[in-house]
Amino acid sequence: METRRSYKLWFIVLILVLLIFFLLNISLGSVRIPFADVISSLTAQGASKSTWEYIIIEYRLPKALTAILAGSGLAVSGLLMQTLFRNPLAGPFVLGLSSGASLGVALLILGAGAFGGFMGSLLLSQWSLVIASALGSFLVLLAVLAVTLHVKDSMAILIIGLMFGSVTAAVVAVLSYFSTAEKLQQYIFWSFGSLGDQSWPGIIILALCCVLGVLIAFFSCKSLNALLLGENYAKSMGLRIKRTTLFIILATSILAGGITAFAGPIAFVGLAVPHLTRQLFTTSNHFVLLPAVLLTGAILMLICDTVAQLPFNEATLPINAITSLIGAPVVIWLLVRKRKLLF
Amino acid sequence: MTSESKHIAIAVNDLSIGYFRRKKALAVAKPINFNIESGNLIALVGANGIGKSTLLRTLSGMQAKLKGSIKICGKELSGYSSLERATQLSVVLTEAPASGNLTVRELVSLGRQPYTGSFGFLSEKDKEMIDNALSTTETTSLEHRKCYELSDGQMQRVVIARALAQDTPLIFLDEPTTHLDLYHRAYILKLLKRLTSENGKTVLFSTHEIDLGIQLADVMLVMDDLGIHQGSPQQLIEDGKFNNLFPEDTIEFEASNGRFTIKN
Repeated sequence: METRRSYKLWFIVLILVLLIFFLLNISLGSVRIPFADVISSLTAQGASKSTWEYIIIEYRLPKALTAILAGSGLAVSGLLMQTLFRNPLAGPFVLGLSSGASLGVALLILGAGAFGGFMGSLLLSQWSLVIASALGSFLVLLAVLAVTLHVKDSMAILIIGLMFGSVTAAVVAVLSYFSTAEKLQQYIFWSFGSLGDQSWPGIIILALCCVLGVLIAFFSCKSLNALLLGENYAKSMGLRIKRTTLFIILATSILAGGITAFAGPIAFVGLAVPHLTRQLFTTSNHFVLLPAVLLTGAILMLICDTVAQLPFNEATLPINAITSLIGAPVVIWLLVRKRKLLF
Repeated sequence: MTSESKHIAIAVNDLSIGYFRRKKALAVAKPINFNIESGNLIALVGANGIGKSTLLRTLSGMQAKLKGSIKICGKELSGYSSLERATQLSVVLTEAPASGNLTVRELVSLGRQPYTGSFGFLSEKDKEMIDNALSTTETTSLEHRKCYELSDGQMQRVVIARALAQDTPLIFLDEPTTHLDLYHRAYILKLLKRLTSENGKTVLFSTHEIDLGIQLADVMLVMDDLGIHQGSPQQLIEDGKFNNLFPEDTIEFEASNGRFTIKN
């Protein structure tokens, strides 16, 4: 019973920390806005300057919400993949979803050169990037699902995902060789990932993806717990492996695919957050881990975004680089401290 | 209880086991026939590669049979839904549970999965079954330990506790005594014996400890190139079924003490 109480305590702490970093994230930015004005803008009482209110409501709030959604979603899909493949190094992108998205975007941006200037610029609105990336992930998802139905061994799915990654990297390399520097830069900027510049309809679609993915994950928790013993044990306890695998892959794809479509590829959050969370909660029970991972993922992403936007400075660092810079040392630190990554 | 114990727990008829390769059936052993009454401790012995693990996997429904029939508690195995099957037979595998991060109690609780609802909440009855499984295997004092901290002998008791928590009339174990020292081998086998005599389980285990099997098992299944031989250890010794188990120029069976000796 003591453990249950300490879980509750950690959940309260995490919710408070999330709230603090949410407010901090919104308060800091290239423009200095007094904290009182931040609060009054958020509570719809209006700030003392209308530009401030505009910045808060139309720029910083959507960005913070995107950070929360992306962080939680990626963390959950990382947790799902680590349990499904029983591999502590699995993350949301082991299925090759981000590769698919990259391929879609690369074909759009780098391939658009082939259509000539006018058509090219027409193709490159923000929504066309989202659609290209979603289509790319979706095609990879279909391929992975087809494979899932045919192979017995989940490790095969893992390797096939890695192969998709290699193929994509190769195709992107070929495309870049024939592209102009300008197009190449545009593609590289997409691959940096970006939480900002989201429209409200975009955020609503992203939120729907996240809610759907997390719901499927939540209803898979019992099966995920059984999978902790390995596929054969899970089967012997009445688990229908193929159906379960299918649902877990579907949830991951909706989460990781949706997030990549809107925010670009974001590395390491999905890999590192489940491990960090297991440190706090010292359990492998998914009914505890799932909500915990949601909170921790959101917090980590808000921290990364706060760092990336370089408070009081015009420049913004690429979010994908920041998550790697923070995530990789975390994984190394866990390995050195524990000598072993458990899942 | 007498009529209960006369029940046929496993009836195997003309069973062919093996693999499908390119749609073609490759049998690994001759057709298998045996009947086992419930409440028995059954040792399955045979040389490496003779098909013991394949037989156990086929009997527990993890691998498809090639042909023939397997009846578990009077009903064809393939007729059970996966959930029903999980309430009839539980397994202890050679592979270690994938996650070492579970506590002993969490691992044993997973055995209740066939009985819990979609969210895995444990009822009072579930908790009682878990407590019983822990105390039967003498692992209650370990319940808050993490699995990666356990010794091989402790781990083996814990996975048996998980199978007990699953509350099935049949338990299949694949080589439960490998990696264990003599004391723990004897301990595990005596524990299995107790499960049959006190809890009324039917326990089938494969093993290379033929001499321990001869001492403890009620029934033995000896697999060799000719097929499968069933009988009490004494009867099998009298029939000389152990003599040809291994090449005679290397290992010799002594019927007088039920032991194998290396020939010089």
